[in-house]
Amino acid sequence: MAVVPQVAAQSTSEGSPSAPTARVRLAVNGVRHELDLDTRQSLLDVLREDLGLTGTKKGCNQGACGACTILLNGRRVVSCLTLAAMHDGATVETIEGLEKNGELHPLQSAFVEHDGLQCGFCTPGQIMSAVGCIAEGHAGSPDDIRFWMSGNICRCGAYPGIVAAVADAAKRV
Amino acid sequence: MTMAIIGRPLARVDGRAKVTGAARYAADFNQPGQAYAVIVSATVGLGRVTGMDSAAIEKMPGILAVLSHLNAPRLAYGQHKSYIDPATGERLHVLQDERIRFHGQPVAVVVATTIAQAERAAAALRVSYNAERPVVDSAGPEARPIVPEAGRQPDARLPADKARGDADRALAESPVKVDETYDIARENHNPMEPHATIASWNGDRLTLWSKSQFVVNEQAEIAAIFGLPLENVTVICPFIGGAFGTSLRTWPHVTLAAMAAQHVRRPVKLVLTRKQMFFTTGHRPRTVQRIALGATADGKLTSVVHEGTGETSRYEEFMEALTSVTTFLYSCPNVRTRYRLVPVDTGTPNHMRGPGEASGVFALECAMDELAYKLRLDPIDLRRRNEPAIDEGENKPFSSRSLMRCYDLGAEHFGWARRTPEPRSMRDGRLLVGMGVASASYPAFHAPATARARLLPDGTAEVEIAASDMGPGTYTSMTQVAAETLGLPVERVRFSLGRSDYPPAPSHGGSWTMASVGSAIRAACIAVREEAAKGRTDRPIEATASSQRDPQAAERFSMHSFGAVFVEIAVDPDVGTIRVRRAVGAYGIGRVVNPRLARSQCTGGMVGGIGMALMERTVLDARDGRPVNAHMADYLMPVNLDILQLEAHFVEEADPHVNQLGVKGLGEIALVGIAPAIANAVFHATGKRVRALPIRIEDVLTA
Repeated sequence: MAVVPQVAAQSTSEGSPSAPTARVRLAVNGVRHELDLDTRQSLLDVLREDLGLTGTKKGCNQGACGACTILLNGRRVVSCLTLAAMHDGATVETIEGLEKNGELHPLQSAFVEHDGLQCGFCTPGQIMSAVGCIAEGHAGSPDDIRFWMSGNICRCGAYPGIVAAVADAAKRV
Repeated sequence: MTMAIIGRPLARVDGRAKVTGAARYAADFNQPGQAYAVIVSATVGLGRVTGMDSAAIEKMPGILAVLSHLNAPRLAYGQHKSYIDPATGERLHVLQDERIRFHGQPVAVVVATTIAQAERAAAALRVSYNAERPVVDSAGPEARPIVPEAGRQPDARLPADKARGDADRALAESPVKVDETYDIARENHNPMEPHATIASWNGDRLTLWSKSQFVVNEQAEIAAIFGLPLENVTVICPFIGGAFGTSLRTWPHVTLAAMAAQHVRRPVKLVLTRKQMFFTTGHRPRTVQRIALGATADGKLTSVVHEGTGETSRYEEFMEALTSVTTFLYSCPNVRTRYRLVPVDTGTPNHMRGPGEASGVFALECAMDELAYKLRLDPIDLRRRNEPAIDEGENKPFSSRSLMRCYDLGAEHFGWARRTPEPRSMRDGRLLVGMGVASASYPAFHAPATARARLLPDGTAEVEIAASDMGPGTYTSMTQVAAETLGLPVERVRFSLGRSDYPPAPSHGGSWTMASVGSAIRAACIAVREEAAKGRTDRPIEATASSQRDPQAAERFSMHSFGAVFVEIAVDPDVGTIRVRRAVGAYGIGRVVNPRLARSQCTGGMVGGIGMALMERTVLDARDGRPVNAHMADYLMPVNLDILQLEAHFVEEADPHVNQLGVKGLGEIALVGIAPAIANAVFHATGKRVRALPIRIEDVLTA
């Protein structure tokens, strides 16, 4: 049975007051932001709709596809299921922050070289997840990579290229 | 002199944009002052809306509008039908009346200043209904098959009935017979990118940043719906986050985004939720098919009967090529095909990768495997004995056909000779190993297209066409065609697509983009090159040119791609898990423009086929038509761990007839044939013939 988040008909109804806000300080790709946020906002929506960082994608908004994967305090998380208000003071890294001085991150180059992408929509999430995967020490073998990258769906089916790219980049980072 | 750029395994020219997050998809085009719209979907499967408590919602913070049939503008809904729309029936008119035709139909749209406000209010909107019980089981007792209107004529593109010889009599007289029924579950495309539209009005001019595989058709359809001149609508879509057919048509959410933006006088962004992706944006229809084969004792087909039904909606007759391949894949004097539709209370299905062929070939190729076992013949040998000299359905020669060469090449790479035919005869420790094969085929289509090329004084070139790239690598392959034709290095060519104000391209589907768009680009670049040869100029040289297939060639030849698919699976006999260990596909697809991308597309199609065979199934609640697994964790799809070794090989195939480039296309054929090869491997591994997809653990456990 599907468990679908349904916010409906809980406490909203009669003349709800304006939603509570919270002051949240975030360092995103090295840039500090101080934001007054609706406490219901996911980190994903804050990145995409408030900060204009649309590289991070919304694939399902259900935590099931991995397209919105970012690094939060160095750990990979699905930003659609992460409430921004709970992470005051956090450090966030997104796909836009990987390239340094015009140089692609080894994972970015490897994804192009090994054709670890087709439509490209899951790619930012795959790459951010792969940064985490390698840092965790989970990129030692193709089997390891397949297992630890399985939270990131690629509907085009570029998995062989993704595994090759992560294995290749793991040797370079 | 031309440089050999076509045929080179270049990396994607848009690769950098895609790995840096710079590639912008529809929902990434945020506009200043943009509001957010969220659709409220019907929670009953049939009936009427009887009331809606919009007032409570309108008081919530940030709410700009609640639109429903009660207050939405009556739209022009002018005549518009493209070849990607069903020939019979009329598209859903959204928020125009109180009728509910299927579960999930839009009943309202909530517009608010922020996305959180819009989502909250949409979830809180109370809608009351007068509900009736829908019929959603296309094979149940209430199913009433109909003859599709557009298939009634014998010369229809998809004839409902087609026959040669007397297949029923020949079947009755055949010494060896297979007569079975195959049932394939409904599938949803589930691309990673949800459907999304950002609509912005400037007076009576509308700009849509919208996910579309067919921007010129979206432009025409929205113009017709809103009663606008065509030139008042611009559709922009430079990147598509996968689609597989779901973005061929223009679905109701595009209209809703434009309606909402007009109402609140601001740009509006509307993105479907993942759950809504199961409601109004099409699906591969469930099909039920009977295949009956008759053969002589030495394995020559004497009769082929293929009767298939597909589900459709009550308001449109969606047709696909379910029985087409059966008419030409094998040599047989007596063939009868029948195609029927069963209207049910759901949204209209639409094309999904390998539409029709993927389902029809599953049934035929499983039946062929069953016949091979009855005859005690190797399944490849059976196909070799029935290899036709011509397309016997059309009575025309093939422009090229490499099916047997595909079997030879695939068998060699796969190591088919190592297979022992007896079911349950191959093991790896405690695992049962199975090897299966199947044929694949898909038409080599072509549609007229127009492209513009411009050679600039600085020695670079620009090429434009309203085509799309949902992932196959259109940007790259078209750049290669332009560069080679113009005699320029790839780096000097800038190729643009995805705008309705570029010269028109056909829909990005049906594996005809390379052929159609590529030929148009080639024509435009030849025109520029010839003009440039006349002498130096310091002004840009621009040419617009169209291309279409040589009508005589189309008249004379039957044009199709063919392939042979080999699969090795391992079944755990204790828990019934099925793992695809290896898949090898060999394809005859004409010229390969970029082998790196072609292989990637083929292995991607295999992943889709693995999903079709073993995982994908949209389950409807019989009481109200609700898709119960409308969630990416419950609608199972292959993840990285499911995919092991995949290989694609291409046979050399020069086909001068299909088009000027000699390409046949490969996006669809890459998925066709995978599911039957897997089902045949499951039989080989377990001795259990499973004729319903997806094949589940319990099917194997009861083996």
